[in-house]
Amino acid sequence: MKTDMKDIRKKLIIEENRQLSSRTWQLKLRGDIDVFTSSGQFVNIAVPGKYLRRPISVSQYFTKEKYLILLYNIAGEGTKILSELKPGEPLDVLVGLGNGFSIPKDIRNPLLLGGGIGAAPLMQLAVDLLACGKKPKVVIGYNTAVESWGMEKELRNLGIETYIATMDGSEGTKGFVTDVIREKDLQYDYFYACGPMPMLKALRDLPTEGEMSLECRMGCGYGVCMCCSLETKSGSKRICKEGPVFLKSELIWK
Amino acid sequence: MEMTKDIDLSVKLGDITLQNPVIPASGCFGYGYEMNDYYPIDILGSVSIKGTTKSPRFGNPLPRVAECSAGLINSVGLQNPGINAVIERELPRLREVFHQPIVANISGFSIEEYVECCAKITSQPQIGLIELNVSCPNVHGGGMSFGTDPEVLHSLVKEVKKVCTVPLFVKLTPNVTDITAMAEAAVKGGADGLCLINTLLGMRIDVKTGYPVIANVMGGFSGPAIFPIALRMVYQVRKAFSDLPIIGCGGISSASDAVEMMLAGANAVEVGSANLVDPYACKTIIEQLPEAIKNSALRK
Repeated sequence: MKTDMKDIRKKLIIEENRQLSSRTWQLKLRGDIDVFTSSGQFVNIAVPGKYLRRPISVSQYFTKEKYLILLYNIAGEGTKILSELKPGEPLDVLVGLGNGFSIPKDIRNPLLLGGGIGAAPLMQLAVDLLACGKKPKVVIGYNTAVESWGMEKELRNLGIETYIATMDGSEGTKGFVTDVIREKDLQYDYFYACGPMPMLKALRDLPTEGEMSLECRMGCGYGVCMCCSLETKSGSKRICKEGPVFLKSELIWK
Repeated sequence: MEMTKDIDLSVKLGDITLQNPVIPASGCFGYGYEMNDYYPIDILGSVSIKGTTKSPRFGNPLPRVAECSAGLINSVGLQNPGINAVIERELPRLREVFHQPIVANISGFSIEEYVECCAKITSQPQIGLIELNVSCPNVHGGGMSFGTDPEVLHSLVKEVKKVCTVPLFVKLTPNVTDITAMAEAAVKGGADGLCLINTLLGMRIDVKTGYPVIANVMGGFSGPAIFPIALRMVYQVRKAFSDLPIIGCGGISSASDAVEMMLAGANAVEVGSANLVDPYACKTIIEQLPEAIKNSALRK
């Protein structure tokens, strides 16, 4: 019998739930989050009145201080209900789900690429990379500048070289995150990416190995329903269980 | 729990005895062993393994899942590594952490495939019964098409029965006009018991795009919303077959639901969708079952 059984279903208390920008909300949850092991992992939240849970990636987690920060856009009814919940209310949350980003020993200058709300988990990753003595650079892409929830400021405050791309040119480089790489001639030996699928596809030809965090509609979030299966070079994987982070070299592009 | 220890939860399904009536339904528990990371799955009555076919199947394109009121629609499409890999890789892993009889859920696209898979799995250690899946709505030319025509079902069960050395159960689809006619066809073909019901065919459309939410357009609707339908069908089949072992399945989410299903005539229950929203659903149901039985008409 295995002895390392873990209780992943937790009651977390909403400490903060507020709108940060035109699209993005920040949710601060307090409680036992010991099972988190890396950036890029996610939680699956039971939203009152909805049957399936809503998977949301973790922007930052503080195991010792017992709280975590989630960022989310209102994408449908579930996230709309979530946005209306008040501080003090308890949430039924599955914690520490999925395999997050890894930090290979031999990398020195990783490039972090985030598209919109997808950039959220890169915050914890950037902090972890700094703690490991790496020199990360970050590029965040938005449709337009008012979508920014201020992550670039937080990163710059940590001394991290950070760039912005906007589709409408309202801030930073006009265009995609790839346009920033070209325009600023960014040098890197590894990359991490999280964002919409078209962005990830555009990054498949980057010259180095990297890690990509995928998202999709999920059933359970812990590997039993097979609703989020992905064909990879090493066989069928579950985005919620073996993922959501995969090596670029493992992914098959259709 | 102390006060309820006097209640024996064990149930009989024909010749098989389960330590309790709670079985995670096929497709909602993987091959089981991974759930042992969350609680000791040896407390379960049985585990119904992910629907297994002769050849490996990747399954349907994504999205495979859609939210509904009080339930979900799935169209996984019988993703599984194939019968040989299940026998060589998945079942041994399950047996490491689970020592109760296993329900082998088998699907196919021809009578020959069903027979071949059943012949292979019937002799595996710890297989308690075979559950013939003739009710998967998410594959073409197989699955549900075997469970909607009484004559086809009868001949399938008859052929499969010849190779089974463990009891043969048939998991019926609710997507028929008369469930008792299908039950009768299965029993006449030689089924030792029935499991009912599988999912109801349903769909959702994304109102913004106008396209179906599920890539495969339609899928199987499950969850608490279908519980009254499942209950009704178990009740009807029990009326028609007073001694037949029946596993009730469909929307069971609590110990009270399980008791209600047993009052309708089920000998054991399968819990499906509830596992997808709460990994501890079956554990909780088992823990609360003695009390639920005590407070019910099931109490003897």
